[in-house]
Amino acid sequence: MLKSGNNIMLIEIQNLNVAYGRKKVLENVTLTLSKNEIVTIVGPNGSGKTTLFKAIIGSIPIKSGSVVIKQNLKIGYVPQVLNIDRSLPLTVERFLKLAKNRNDQGFLRAQQILDSDDLLSSQISNLSAGQLQRVLLGHALMNEPDVLLLDEATRGLDQPGSAAFYKKIEEIRETTGCAILMISHDLHVVMSASNRVICLNGHICCQGEPKSVAASPEYASMFGSKVEGTLALYHHNHSHEGKGS
Amino acid sequence: MLDDFMVRAALAGMGVALAAAPLGCFVVWRRMAYFGESTAHAALLGVSLSLMFEFSVFLGAIFVSLLMASLVTLAQGRSLFLDTLLGVAGHTSLATGLVVVSFISGVRIELMAYLIGDILSVSKTDLLLIWIGLVIVSVLLFWRWSALLLCTLNEDLAASSGLNPRRESYALTIGLAIVVAVGIKVVGVLLIISMLIIPAASARSLVSTPEKMAVFASLIGMLSAILGLNASYVFDTPTGPSIVCVASLIFIITLALSFFAEQFSAVVKNKKES
Repeated sequence: MLKSGNNIMLIEIQNLNVAYGRKKVLENVTLTLSKNEIVTIVGPNGSGKTTLFKAIIGSIPIKSGSVVIKQNLKIGYVPQVLNIDRSLPLTVERFLKLAKNRNDQGFLRAQQILDSDDLLSSQISNLSAGQLQRVLLGHALMNEPDVLLLDEATRGLDQPGSAAFYKKIEEIRETTGCAILMISHDLHVVMSASNRVICLNGHICCQGEPKSVAASPEYASMFGSKVEGTLALYHHNHSHEGKGS
Repeated sequence: MLDDFMVRAALAGMGVALAAAPLGCFVVWRRMAYFGESTAHAALLGVSLSLMFEFSVFLGAIFVSLLMASLVTLAQGRSLFLDTLLGVAGHTSLATGLVVVSFISGVRIELMAYLIGDILSVSKTDLLLIWIGLVIVSVLLFWRWSALLLCTLNEDLAASSGLNPRRESYALTIGLAIVVAVGIKVVGVLLIISMLIIPAASARSLVSTPEKMAVFASLIGMLSAILGLNASYVFDTPTGPSIVCVASLIFIITLALSFFAEQFSAVVKNKKES
């Protein structure tokens, strides 16, 4: 089941339905992720992006449909934030080593992502948004994952910051062959790097190559037709959001 | 040696401090102070019920605090006003406990002992229970340490590495119920939460990793127990509150020390730059 052509399927989701109480959050979502792919999921707030991730990592019950994960698949998860209270002393190194099934190669990769040895002994609560993002990514690489799941990984980063972050992601794919599934609201930067973009709004509105999705009417109606070609405006909004968080 | 009540008191105090301090770190990190306090208040209902039906106070306390903690853990995530719910449940049990006690003749005088503890009357059996509780809590925490830390930082992150955050937080709840139950004899239901959070809070400014914080909190907790016991002997004051007062004093000292250390390092830095 988990093979189609030459592609090795890592995650295969069929007709997934998830509901919180009576509220339907995901309806008939079908989606696959193969080795080496970068797939980006975009959608407005409350469109079920994070719920989809929770279904993949198995932290919420699914109503119907199936989520099939390749056996022994190693997942690296990059969350949006850490609930780190100021009362919790935690160095970057200790946090990295909290990762389950870590290995030395993974630790080396994580250190490369950090870009600086000084960071290892820093307290997590003192990091800047960009540093924290690198640390979270590093943590996800500790077990040499086959799939990286990134949940709004560029939240709180400015435009050059997110561009640099996405460049790192591409490098990781090239050097490790790891597949990448990410949630994003930051369309323009993401799109250039992904193989496939999926527009989610409870159900899948449209999907395909970045260019075709950007041109599709469903996409335009979801984000407003002004999105295309008005990069500056879009990013202006984005950076405000970042400061607020 | 155990025939001396002061020795028994010291061992009981140290046992409770050692069990409470590392667990208290999680209570502080996960902002569960109010949860802990409500659980402790609820334990008084267990105490009164056990006095009424004449079974072990320890069992009564552990049963009611587990029940209370389980109900709250179940409600977690389903209810938006968890804080209010905690206050309602905790104080309802406390009040009911006090009312129940009033029906039993002759226990009214004893009540104070359960509210603020009566460490000087610790029996050998009490001591055994305290140290068994300590062993269980220590093994639980040692075994689940990394998992609990990961769950504290981000539940989805923990779930993605195969952990079950709900189960982990339930383990913490069980630990809390045990500490409350063994702490009743030593500092009482009103003060047990302070043995959890004050040593942890004092240790915070001295350390850079969670593990060191747990170790320092344990040391500070033990020191408070011994100094508090001696102080109550010298000044003839109630022992439980004396232990807590010493712990608070240590907290103030470490806070002041870390404040001055920060100021000092800022001055040194400025001098270097100019």
